[in-house]
Amino acid sequence: MTTPRRVLWPPLAVLALLGLAVLLLSVTLGSAALSLADVWAVARGEGSPLARTLILDLRIPRSLSAFAVGGLLAVAGALMQVLLRNPLADPYVLGLSGGASVGALAAMLAGLGGAVITGSAFAGAFLSTLLVFGLAHGTGSWTPSRLLLTGVVVAAGWGAVITLMLAISPAERLPGMLYWLMGDLSYSRSPWPPLALLLVICLLLMPLGRSLNVMARGPLQAAALGVNVRPLEWTIYVVASVLTATAVTTAGSIGFVGLVVPHMLRLVLGNDQRLILPACALAGGTLLVLADTLARTMIAPEQLPVGVITALLGVPTFLYLLYRSR
Amino acid sequence: MNRLEIRELVIDVPGRRDGRALTLSVEPGQVWGVLGPNGAGKTTLLHTLAGLRGPRAGQVLIDGRPLAALGRRQVARKLGLVFQERHDGFPATVRETALIGRHPWLSAWQMEGGEDLRLAEAALERLDVDHLAERLVSTLSGGERQRLAIATVLTQAPQIWLADEPTNHLDLHHQSAVMALLAEQAAEGRAVMMCLHDLNLAARWCDHLLLLYPDGEACWGPARDMLVPAALERLYGQRLATAEIDGAPVFVPIR
Repeated sequence: MTTPRRVLWPPLAVLALLGLAVLLLSVTLGSAALSLADVWAVARGEGSPLARTLILDLRIPRSLSAFAVGGLLAVAGALMQVLLRNPLADPYVLGLSGGASVGALAAMLAGLGGAVITGSAFAGAFLSTLLVFGLAHGTGSWTPSRLLLTGVVVAAGWGAVITLMLAISPAERLPGMLYWLMGDLSYSRSPWPPLALLLVICLLLMPLGRSLNVMARGPLQAAALGVNVRPLEWTIYVVASVLTATAVTTAGSIGFVGLVVPHMLRLVLGNDQRLILPACALAGGTLLVLADTLARTMIAPEQLPVGVITALLGVPTFLYLLYRSR
Repeated sequence: MNRLEIRELVIDVPGRRDGRALTLSVEPGQVWGVLGPNGAGKTTLLHTLAGLRGPRAGQVLIDGRPLAALGRRQVARKLGLVFQERHDGFPATVRETALIGRHPWLSAWQMEGGEDLRLAEAALERLDVDHLAERLVSTLSGGERQRLAIATVLTQAPQIWLADEPTNHLDLHHQSAVMALLAEQAAEGRAVMMCLHDLNLAARWCDHLLLLYPDGEACWGPARDMLVPAALERLYGQRLATAEIDGAPVFVPIR
């Protein structure tokens, strides 16, 4: 946490460059491969109509959506981990995305589409938030373990509801629902709302960074050092919920990013939240763009659910870093 | 003025009757020791004085202003607390840990600067843990962690020190060194209050004592008036032998 300001920028710059490179790669790769020259032509306003449609209407929005979703999930995970002082915490473990999934699937089951699915998923995520924090709060204080346990149990409950819904849903709706559950960016619409949210939240969190560092030492120590603990805890939880709900409604349920990205960054960059949070936004975004690119190219023209790729990429990387850090 | 005033204070120990309300004032330059058996409410008292939990009744004032009317940040600039227990969630180095003491002094956008780092380094050196600066806290021994906790409060530089068993886990030399540090803080015009289990450290270093009985009763006053063997025997339910060494009374439990 001693990071002086000049040390903050190099890792962020590296991550940003990496992110740009992966974004560029994702635009050129696909079922119809384009060269960098094609991309450059389109960027100058030239190029064939097909290339223009491919790049401007399909690939760029999808890649930007992936970037935003990955960033949102990673930042939400990092926040949850600070809040609970538990490296296992992430929006999935705490049942937030389970609630969102139930909301979205219920809308799909009812044959509704589009904006209703989004709204329903949002409502599910917030219901889950209120449930977990309301129950874990009780008479005493939030103890991290009680919160985590409540979240795990609520998540398991959502899991059962999801299975039930899948079991009773008509066969023709199953593929769409399953793809949504595994995370799928092909349904995402405009990338701008999640991207804007990501940027705004990162800026809002900057001045809170040092308070979050102190919070990671426990609420009593934080209070003794001048942090208004309870309002900060609520802020973190509400922000993490909004981030998760937005991510889940954009791309379905994508696991692993929120858990693994903050961890990998902490192992490499230390634990100053002022560095970790923006780094999570960049690295989470980059990881998901990469995963989505793989998902749409590996067996093109067929697509894989992106959640499968994040897990396949994340698990070995995570295990390796954990092994190395002993 | 660095004065901690306690008015008609009843601390909130669950399931205990109110007992005697505390009214006392820790003046600049004074070193108060809080004595009492396990569960008498020593830690609860310190947490209440720091505003970390509400009292059942009464008021705590810092420089004449009620604690409840001060923001957390203002309190943290005035008053520092050495905790008895520490939890480390995420890995952090010794230097990083000492530096969090600067938190109340920095604005939201400010990064720790050279002056903050200098204060932290000086505190680590004072507590004899400067050679561990790059080490992860999780790799330290209990006594080293204890000294780091005190160094963190020293970095915080409060005018009022509350310390919950500051000599926990410390070897004899460092016990003395820490007590000397707290006495020095008082001599420089700060107010110091600490919970202690060691009667002899209290007798040697504290000028005022507060005795907390498990049933909520309490008595307080200048140390020489409070160090009465009969009162101390009742406090701990333990017979004591008394001797005088080096001008201070020494208490030894009798089998």
